[in-house]
Amino acid sequence: MRFRGRVRVMPRAGLLDPQGHAVEQALGALGFISVRQVRVGRTLEIALEADSEQQVRERLREMCERLVANPVTEDFSIDAVEALS
Amino acid sequence: MKIAVVRFPGSNRDLDAYHTARAAGHEARLVWHRSTDLEGADVVVLPGGFSYGDYLRPGAIARFSPVMRAVAWHAEAGRPVLGICNGFQILCEAHLLPGALVRNEGLAFVARMVTVRVESDATLFTAGYRVGQELSFPIAHGDGRYVADQATLDRLEYEGRVIFRYTHGNPNGAMRDIAGITNEGRNVLGLMPHPESAADALVGSSDGATMFALAAVPAGV
Repeated sequence: MRFRGRVRVMPRAGLLDPQGHAVEQALGALGFISVRQVRVGRTLEIALEADSEQQVRERLREMCERLVANPVTEDFSIDAVEALS
Repeated sequence: MKIAVVRFPGSNRDLDAYHTARAAGHEARLVWHRSTDLEGADVVVLPGGFSYGDYLRPGAIARFSPVMRAVAWHAEAGRPVLGICNGFQILCEAHLLPGALVRNEGLAFVARMVTVRVESDATLFTAGYRVGQELSFPIAHGDGRYVADQATLDRLEYEGRVIFRYTHGNPNGAMRDIAGITNEGRNVLGLMPHPESAADALVGSSDGATMFALAAVPAGV
């Protein structure tokens, strides 16, 4: 079966996120004065063949640990897994 | 001394390292990243550049290049490995050095001369310098901010493994002003500044020539 998983990688909490800070300042300059914090990460959509959703989650976790996220600076989460057709 | 300069797709300081190594009297050779051996090299240099376009994170994809297995064996055997700029990022991603290099604090790409202080002469690459000596090297990076957790930083300091520190200003927000570190075995050195591009007074500094002289590296290591 083919699945699609969505993986989110965010800068580790507590680590300075200069990109998020720059976006935060720009939003404030645009008049979005209610903005308190912005953090910038990345999302990957990975389509893969697997037998079950659980297997998809296991594979995605392994991909994140080995390549997609850097454990020194980033945290990852598997946000969604959906079956395709 | 035989020096292998690894060339990844996107390396752009490979020829600087190659020429500086040759100018220092070594037999230098460029090794393509698909190669699975280092052709009998005594010293390996991972040069600066933007391997794989810095996709995902700088060094994240290059660390899985076939040649990196040979580089890891070379390092684990206690033989000298020098990672400059992108090479330092690759060594961190490959876990041959601790910590990581992330986006500069000021977000901008910084290309200018910096001053670093030699914190330790107890590596094969810095034996020709004096502790406390200040060196002038160029930097050219967008992701040069060295980070690690507090325990790792404390351990690096305690073991004398911070080898270069920015002085007279920190260009990227690196924790504890760290510009270069070594591994436990003290045979792997990573640094963000470019000694290979500062090896001739004609270009404004020849402070890097000492590092490439490799006088402390025993023949046939």
